[in-house]
Amino acid sequence: MNPSLTLGPNLFHWPAKQRIDFYNRIADESPVGTVYLGEVICSKRTPFFDDVHLPAVAERLERAGKTVVYSSFSEVVIKRERNILMEWSKQEGRDLEVNNTAALLHLKDRPHRIGGLLNVYNEDTMSYLAGQGATHFSLLPELPRATIARLGEKARELGVGVEVQVFGRASLALSARCYHARAHERTKNNCQFVCGEDPDGMTLKTMDEKPFLTINGIQTLSYGYLDLMADLDDMRSIGVTHFRVMPHTCDMIAVTRAFDDVLAGRVDVAEGEAKLRELGIEAPFINGFYRGRAGHDWVPRVTEMA
Amino acid sequence: MASEPQSSRLGAGPGGFAFAPPLPLFLLNPILKRIVHRIAVQNPDMFDRLGPHRHAYFLIDPVDIPFMLYLRPDPEALDFRAVGRRNPPPHAARISGKFLDLLTLMDTEQDGDALFFSRDLIVTGDTEAVVCLRNALDDVDDPIAESVADMFGPPGRAALNALRRAAENAQKRKGAK
Amino acid sequence: MNAMVKPELICPAGTPAALRSAVDAGADAVYCGYQNATNARNFVGLNFTPEEMENSIRYAHEGGTKVLITLNTFPPAGKVELWKEMVDLSARLGADACIVADIAVAAYIRDNHPDMRIHLSVQAAASSPEAIEYYVREFGVKRVVLPRIMTVSEIRDLLKEIPCEVETFIFGNHGLMVEGRCSLTTYVTGQSTNMDGACSPAACVKYERADDGSMSTILGDYMIDRFGPEETAGYPTICKGRYKCDARDGGYYAFEEPVSLNASNMLPDLITAGVHAFKIEGRQRSKAYVKKVVAAFREAVDSIMAGQEPKLADLIALTEGQKQTEGALKTKKWR
Repeated sequence: MNPSLTLGPNLFHWPAKQRIDFYNRIADESPVGTVYLGEVICSKRTPFFDDVHLPAVAERLERAGKTVVYSSFSEVVIKRERNILMEWSKQEGRDLEVNNTAALLHLKDRPHRIGGLLNVYNEDTMSYLAGQGATHFSLLPELPRATIARLGEKARELGVGVEVQVFGRASLALSARCYHARAHERTKNNCQFVCGEDPDGMTLKTMDEKPFLTINGIQTLSYGYLDLMADLDDMRSIGVTHFRVMPHTCDMIAVTRAFDDVLAGRVDVAEGEAKLRELGIEAPFINGFYRGRAGHDWVPRVTEMA
Repeated sequence: MASEPQSSRLGAGPGGFAFAPPLPLFLLNPILKRIVHRIAVQNPDMFDRLGPHRHAYFLIDPVDIPFMLYLRPDPEALDFRAVGRRNPPPHAARISGKFLDLLTLMDTEQDGDALFFSRDLIVTGDTEAVVCLRNALDDVDDPIAESVADMFGPPGRAALNALRRAAENAQKRKGAK
Repeated sequence: MNAMVKPELICPAGTPAALRSAVDAGADAVYCGYQNATNARNFVGLNFTPEEMENSIRYAHEGGTKVLITLNTFPPAGKVELWKEMVDLSARLGADACIVADIAVAAYIRDNHPDMRIHLSVQAAASSPEAIEYYVREFGVKRVVLPRIMTVSEIRDLLKEIPCEVETFIFGNHGLMVEGRCSLTTYVTGQSTNMDGACSPAACVKYERADDGSMSTILGDYMIDRFGPEETAGYPTICKGRYKCDARDGGYYAFEEPVSLNASNMLPDLITAGVHAFKIEGRQRSKAYVKKVVAAFREAVDSIMAGQEPKLADLIALTEGQKQTEGALKTKKWR
């Protein structure tokens, strides 16, 4: 098992059975050290899985030796969401990840993690939050290497963890409006959970048929999948302590094993990347953000090493 | 190089520019030179606002007039002259539109935004340079159109008022569609 | 009827000339930014040099208008100094408040300029009483600019639960994406809205015309919209574009339609709800727009306070795409 490899929270509305099967396989077959659980995108989804199955799934993962972290809502507006968040933050003895400032009010001075959807751009904000109990920071996907390096340096000083997403679609925007419902000419109130039809997100194309973005309820994601396998060593050298792989419908056991193999040096980057490209993912791989370029860019490793 | 826009919406028609300028181009240029120098003297900050884009050449193309205007808003090398439609000189950006619409853009008494972001003005080439020019032109207290009109005394002012009224009517007619 | 508190009219100023127009038209406060990445409208040719800011603050104060300086982006690690310098400069020039989003910037003001009012920008995405209270407790935030997603009754309820003033948008460019949590521009161009203040930057914009007379607006490598020969083209802002998906025939406004918020009809409700300030959007709009909109709302607010019917000038012509909406304020049905 690899303590530096993590499985981020599932952003999509998969049926309960699919989720249970997925996490059972992760428990049994995946080398990830930490698994993030919990609904991040839409409070309407919680009755289907979180409210019923989360405790059993968490227990199964913990028995397999995984650290379980409970993630939380990125957007908190209505009373129900605010109440859920307040109850969630009262949990004792659990590792909690914050994705909205509202939770910071509840968790001040108690240990907690900062999620990859909360705006931490600089060392001063990192210090401030660490001073109030933040022990671990998952970074925003758009941060370039130079910014991550400074944050990594500060994190070393503070003794906190730094986690970067290395696989999967990148979150680009959030809204109060549900764009999945909108695509089907409905609203959030009568959505009929149409987001469940797109387990990796709904593709949005330009008027000239070029796939561009992906919709997942209130969230807009990249069409491309992040692949930072070639940058793992570099990130380690600048202070990144954990590498996050985001759940998709492709073979996540194969994905997590490929990343583990490269991290452990059992397999070189070229071989690891080839494995990712055998998974039948229709979308292109991207690595632009890390390089301070347009996020949708892919810069082949050969180009950089030349 | 920006290409020549072709659009039926920009063709001259009823309600467009009312008189055909009779002057050969070489007679216009000294006047244009005076105008641009006057604007520069009255609005020195405007050129700072342009930043690197002040070195750029802009082609202003009032499609319902038989010539175009060629502008370089560089305080150290001001250039403003009339050029023919055939073989337009090199330029970073071209702004095409009916004369009255272009006047509206230059005349900060009126809101040029609706025009700027609509098909009534067509921008080709360096969009950033044009946005910058527009922002710089907007940062003046006394509308440039008025300063220019003043240069020609009371007839100038009267002409500007007539043109403003014509522009407003053209806008209303568009809005009514 | 309870005595109504007169709300402040907060008006945008993209250039010194626009600021003077706003002051002259009766704004209670103007908001503006510097020519760098510290504000989220870091557009070419827009905003103020330090000298222009100094002169403008003087002009505004002489006219009885406050100046609020927008420092609402997020300093990237290693570059925080610039934001701190802009805070120091703003304090030195006598600005009446700084509008901020980043925790580090708020903390810097609290620790170094305790007399400087902190307003929480919409970029902080504080849409719940808990989030707002966090900023009030930590930094002494005096006013929060509400995200454009709340109904009047939600605002009324919110006001009961939070210890600071509330400012709502009432006119201008309308969007329902959460501000301050968007990296769409970075995905397409490499420039970041939060770090560079760039949103669909003009340098990456192209207008392309096809043989059939249609016009495409393009940002970077992506067609953001396509307009038929009779349609009015718009600037290619990503969240206002038209896109395709399997669930729809043809292109549709996947995120937002290019409409403008115009809450002039809701002013009386907002005033009785206790909103402290009304914000007009438009730092990138022309001086003429500023003058007309500010004058119209000045007249409207003053009339309502005097118990008279407001004369609402027809503001439709100034709205984007010449279509307007009351946005979220009336009902939650848009969600």
